[in-house]
Amino acid sequence: MKAIKCECGHENPYGTEFCAACGKPFKGGDSDQLINMRYEGSAIRSKTYNKTIIDKIWNFFSSVKVGVTIIFIILVAAAIGSIFPQQEYIPSNADPATYYEDRYGIFGKIYYLLGFENLYGSWWFITLLAALGLSIIVASIDRGVPLYKSLKNQRVTRHENFLKGQRLVSITPGSIPFEHIKGALIKNRYKVREENGNILAEKGRFSRWGAYVNHTGLIIFLVGAMLRFFPGMYIDKVVWIKEGETAAIPGTNNEYYLKNNNFILQTYSKNDKQYKAALQKAGEVPKNYESKITLYRAKSKPVIGELPKLEKIKDGQAKVNHPFKFSHYGIYQSYYRQGELDKMKFNLVNKKTGKAYGPMTVDLNNPKTEYDLGHGVEVKLSRYYPNFYFDEKGLPASRNKSPENPAFVFDFKTPETPDGERSLVAIQQTIEANKQQANKYKMKFAGVEMKDVSGLTVKKDLTLPIIIVGAAIFMLGVVQGLYWNHRRIWIRQKDNETWLAAHTNKNWFGFKKEIQKISDETGLIMPVDKVEPKRS
Amino acid sequence: MAGISSTLLYCAFIIYLIATFVFAMSISDKKGREKGAAYIKRWGRIGYTIAIIGFICQLGYFITRWIASGHAPVSNLFEFTTFFGMMMVFAFIIIYAIYKTNVLGVFAMAIALLVIAYASMFPRDISPLIPALQSDWLKIHVTTAALGEGILSISFVAGLIYLILTVDQKVSTAKTKWLEFIMYCLLCIVGFIIVTIISQSIGTKEEFSWKAWKDGQRVEQTITYELPVLIGPPDGKLLTKGGYEPFVHAPSWMKGEEAPKKLNTFIWSLLSGAVLYGLLRLILRKRIAAAIQPKLANMNDDLVDEISYRAVAIGFPVFTLGALIFAMIWAQKAWTRFWGWDPKEVWALITFLFYAAYIHLRLNKGWHGEKSAWLSVIGFLIIAFNLIAVNLVLAGLHSYA
Ligand code: HEM
Repeated sequence: MKAIKCECGHENPYGTEFCAACGKPFKGGDSDQLINMRYEGSAIRSKTYNKTIIDKIWNFFSSVKVGVTIIFIILVAAAIGSIFPQQEYIPSNADPATYYEDRYGIFGKIYYLLGFENLYGSWWFITLLAALGLSIIVASIDRGVPLYKSLKNQRVTRHENFLKGQRLVSITPGSIPFEHIKGALIKNRYKVREENGNILAEKGRFSRWGAYVNHTGLIIFLVGAMLRFFPGMYIDKVVWIKEGETAAIPGTNNEYYLKNNNFILQTYSKNDKQYKAALQKAGEVPKNYESKITLYRAKSKPVIGELPKLEKIKDGQAKVNHPFKFSHYGIYQSYYRQGELDKMKFNLVNKKTGKAYGPMTVDLNNPKTEYDLGHGVEVKLSRYYPNFYFDEKGLPASRNKSPENPAFVFDFKTPETPDGERSLVAIQQTIEANKQQANKYKMKFAGVEMKDVSGLTVKKDLTLPIIIVGAAIFMLGVVQGLYWNHRRIWIRQKDNETWLAAHTNKNWFGFKKEIQKISDETGLIMPVDKVEPKRS
Repeated sequence: MAGISSTLLYCAFIIYLIATFVFAMSISDKKGREKGAAYIKRWGRIGYTIAIIGFICQLGYFITRWIASGHAPVSNLFEFTTFFGMMMVFAFIIIYAIYKTNVLGVFAMAIALLVIAYASMFPRDISPLIPALQSDWLKIHVTTAALGEGILSISFVAGLIYLILTVDQKVSTAKTKWLEFIMYCLLCIVGFIIVTIISQSIGTKEEFSWKAWKDGQRVEQTITYELPVLIGPPDGKLLTKGGYEPFVHAPSWMKGEEAPKKLNTFIWSLLSGAVLYGLLRLILRKRIAAAIQPKLANMNDDLVDEISYRAVAIGFPVFTLGALIFAMIWAQKAWTRFWGWDPKEVWALITFLFYAAYIHLRLNKGWHGEKSAWLSVIGFLIIAFNLIAVNLVLAGLHSYA
């Protein structure tokens, strides 16, 4: 396509509406119509080309109509996702297939069938976000580049038709001292350029870049959010550590270990003067959750089931709102379980005489298999069911590894019973292996030890700096674009007349007040706003 | 201290009421039209001063309550909604300083009053903070977000004025109907306040036992109604001796904690709003907007349009900073993730997206004047939804409320 050469000598790309340098409109001649100042009349690619498929895709995404439509679709989708809780917020033991229907009736069922229980992670929602990002990028390049060029190329002397086409124009007869006008403009903090007795006074041009700065920030933010899916950028794991125990921190390749020294739960005192009334209604209100922890680093390679040599790094605490930090990791106090079974004690008791051997202690998380009670008494733990139940076949089984309802199969030998006896011991019940003849001895429960368990979230998120930079740039951009505006005043003196034309990209109210002030100071005639009288 | 605090809030309320009347007088009084601009200007200045005094009073309430409770008083519905009303007044004070329009004073102060009165219907106890809420970021987040919402609300106030001013009232159209609908919604809030005050003063209280969902299970609970019971809980049993059986029971799927009670309150608001609206129509003998319209005759609609837009331009960055960015910082500390798609977060995002769309439609598609005014009304609905419905309805349905 051919460039347009203006009579002032400036070459403008094809599609330009008025000359970037002198402002002469290429269409419309010298009618009194308002000039569209939106992008300084520059050749917006999407408004100029529409031939190839690339043009069409480009134009699609650069269209603000399309962009706003995408924003609205995301908005509606987001709202739908908030009607019922997303799957991650329903109780973890509930089956979503039935939960939504049980809980919310037919609407819940439809919600689940449409897959809305995972709406924000669905492929189509992510696609919408990607489309938004693409649209922002395309629209910004489409308009930003030509806008930058024409604002850079603008010349002080502007074509008469350009001035006439502004929203605010006035022609003051007689000559007004040039320095006088210039002084008034400078006093109002305009940057003044002059050329052949004409003036271009400008302020706040940087605010024109606000949109592009904030869009850049948004894109950086979105990219940061997507980077999370790259391996190594993001770790989000939960580790449960019982008081007094040490565990490897997941995601650190067994480099770091954490010891839970103590879990603390404090509640507000019922007699608290300040909150008495509220506490009477609400009952127990927690005041603080906190795990006192110690961080270690491994000095040797770990052997399965055993702790490596550890070197203490630091003590600290993970408290709600105050995570424990080290290198790129944060340890957060997220969950707790209080009074969890930790150890069980037993005595081996002669049923008749009541003579007892022991006690022996079974560590419910790491049970030993053999126990020597002295006097030639040996107990073997041959089976262990941490969370015991009878399965469909009526056989003992364990639901999982957490010791909520422990059961044990013990084999015990005493000098009296050298062949050994066996029994299954669970809470509140004992089943003996030998049905014909009762055992002489039994394992008698002799107490438990309980511990609190802290559920700590281990978090590493290398995308955070990118997200923060994106958000900061976004904020700068919005403030820059919305709290400032780009004001220009052109003065042209010719044939004993002074022309004043003025344009701002927003906030005409404030601008007109300012021009009124300048006109009061200089004697220039205050222009009549061509847009104003709309209502009859 | 708590006592001083309540008194100050009460004073602020009365002073705002006076300011509203002064602003109303400055535009409607016949003298105004005779004596002209100087009269309007003088009474505008008086109204403005009174509004500022009221604001200082409310600031006093805020500070004393902070001292009394040991934490920033923005932690429950009463405190937050009151603070939102205060931020509306603050936003009005800023915007009036730029544009000096008395009409804005009438509407902004009246709506702020409504918000504060509405807030006072919630329990006002000073309550302790659970650990997740004990963070400086929480107060920074909540106050900035409320300020942003307050400024955006001024956009709604100006938008509403614009619509009352420009929608043609000679014939009944979809526009006049929607405008009346907005008036009706505002009256529903008034209705809710009146019904609640009456019920509180005669001490209505009825208890039912029923099975509600809690933490994924159905458990037997009692539910206490403070308003007369129109809608009872599904298969609820009346516990109060001499109480009245409800007219109807809520549909059986409505089993969220407190859900039937909230529905009951909602129905009461709609009904009382309808009664108020009907009465006003009978007295005025025309549409409410049509009755207000002539009082605004001196207004320049372009100016109102610009105010509405300007409020968005000022409020949008503040809202984004407070409701999204500070919220994310806090969420990162308290819940390990800066974003988790919970309803409150989602509705802050929706508000953000909506005003982003508003800005684009206005700047690029030339949606000025009426279209933009309707958008500002919808924007306020979204904000109000986030303040009220997300807490009372969505979160109430959710088990983690
Ligand atoms: C949620 C996403 C978005 C946000 C928060 C956002 C924010 C903004 C803001 C605040 C402005 C006004 C800036 C100013 O005048 O100073 C703006 C302008 C603009 N936006 Fe966006 N935007 C978003 C998405 C989009 C999309 C999807 C498009 C694509 C069509 C787009 C295209 C534009 C254009 C063309 C302008 C006007 C630039 C100008 O006047 O020079 N934006 N945006």
